[in-house]
Amino acid sequence: MTVALERPAIAAANPSKRRRFSHGAVTPYLQSAPLALILGAFLLLPIIMIVVVSFWDYDFAAMYPDLLTTNYSDVLGSWVTWKTYLNTIKFAAIVWALTLFIGFWVAYFLAFHIRTTAMQMVLFLVCTVPFLTSNIIRMISWIPVLGRNGLINSTLVHMGLVPKPIEWLLYSEFAVVLAMVHLYTLFMVTPIFNTLMRIDRSLVEAARDAGASGWQVLWNVIIPLAKPGMAIGTIFVVTLVMADFSTVQVMSGGQSASVALMMKNQMSLLQYPAAAANAVVLLVLVLLMVAGILRIVDIRKEL
Amino acid sequence: MSHEKRTFEFYVLAAFFTLFVLFLYGPLSAILILSFQGETGGLTFPLNGVSLHWFANLFERQAVGDFGGSFKRSLVLGLMVMIVTVVVSLLAGLAFRQKFRGATALFYLAVASLVVPSIIISLGIGVVFQQVGFRPAWYTSAFGAHLTWTLPFGVLIMFAVFNRFSPAYEEAARDLGANSWQTFAHVVLPMIAPSLIGVGLFGFTLSYDEFARTLMTSGTFNTLPLEIYGMTTNVTTPVLYALGTVTTVFSFLVILATLGAILYVGRRRARV
Repeated sequence: MTVALERPAIAAANPSKRRRFSHGAVTPYLQSAPLALILGAFLLLPIIMIVVVSFWDYDFAAMYPDLLTTNYSDVLGSWVTWKTYLNTIKFAAIVWALTLFIGFWVAYFLAFHIRTTAMQMVLFLVCTVPFLTSNIIRMISWIPVLGRNGLINSTLVHMGLVPKPIEWLLYSEFAVVLAMVHLYTLFMVTPIFNTLMRIDRSLVEAARDAGASGWQVLWNVIIPLAKPGMAIGTIFVVTLVMADFSTVQVMSGGQSASVALMMKNQMSLLQYPAAAANAVVLLVLVLLMVAGILRIVDIRKEL
Repeated sequence: MSHEKRTFEFYVLAAFFTLFVLFLYGPLSAILILSFQGETGGLTFPLNGVSLHWFANLFERQAVGDFGGSFKRSLVLGLMVMIVTVVVSLLAGLAFRQKFRGATALFYLAVASLVVPSIIISLGIGVVFQQVGFRPAWYTSAFGAHLTWTLPFGVLIMFAVFNRFSPAYEEAARDLGANSWQTFAHVVLPMIAPSLIGVGLFGFTLSYDEFARTLMTSGTFNTLPLEIYGMTTNVTTPVLYALGTVTTVFSFLVILATLGAILYVGRRRARV
């Protein structure tokens, strides 16, 4: 009824359609303006400011506008800095390998072995929920498990497997890696699960019909098609680990260092220009890594 | 494929998956149990009796800093971030459906926002505020810092949603005489409502738990994650676990409520 009634309105509105065309050209700009403004003010401007400040002079009380390169020569010329960068990259590599392995098999199990969509969603949510809770709480929660008198140690001692508690479980590099894997694996599971779900199942059947074994299907069909998901997961995990300071600080008990932790310490000493120079080096390193990964995958296509 | 017999591979992977879930939830349940530690108990097992002592301790203001105040600030900040994230991501998602100058640059700026280390954003915003002469506060500088983390997620989700959104529905609505606002409000919005609720959940929980970005930008008053972070270095009683339990239970409630809302919206849409 209403359709018939409103028909004439369309005809009447037709002339204005041409006007809407020019009017419509402005719309996307207005719609994207808030995003552009927020990112401009809170992402671009701060980064530009960091680059500027990294050339400034400073003392214990304030910073002074200048054009010095000493902040950079301090960063790049120090043996401690190089060691810290290498340590951070080492964490990134280990955590990346572990999360990729765990993430792939978890996603593969969910995508190819769970038969109903409802069950898939339930199990996926079971994996997701902890990642929506506080990172620090999830870090702290390892203390009663790994500590000197923690669950693992007391069990091992009780069973007589070790004579005295193992010291390196907590406040060690092992603890840092374990906590990072615990914190960041979902960032690998989700994108891989997403790409696996989009693989056309007839491809798998075709490979089987052509006589491929289970492993051949996995190696020659599924893994190549899952690469974009792995790449996106890699971007997440690598950038998160490269930026991490809290996990390193809490889980290593101050015995290990990362670039971000070094920056945080410089910031607490009000050495902002030094921290800024570090920030620029770290940013360039991270962006280079991401650019390298983006050569493998076009994110816009994967969404 | 769905009626094949379970293979050996299935059982191996099912065991692996179970271990993974235990790995995720095991430590969390440890602090959940230990937060009920008796008055004389310590940070590790065994339990020296069962009590609510540490929860009571939590609400005594002077005992563990300003728990109530920081919780309130985190809650309000999370809600602010949630609303802005939903609205701005939706608008940007709509914008990206059309071609416009700078679309690619803006898209990659959003991606950059995701990969730039959070401490760099924290430092940058802190220095900008200092140079401009504004005082950093949780509702200004930290608010902006959180948005740089939640907006890319929101924008990418909306981008994915609209990639799969058939324009046929809008064309049909327009053919039936709806103007562009009616098309949006009665056709597009109800269809993407579950995704918007999801974006809202992301916005709220990411902000509620964020602290690397808040570190240099929160000003005088701490948000809850900063308060907890401070406690990790100087609190050596199970009150830390009590706080962990309370905030985790709160997060779970938020997630459950959101899932309920998504299911409810989905049901209603199916009925209509």
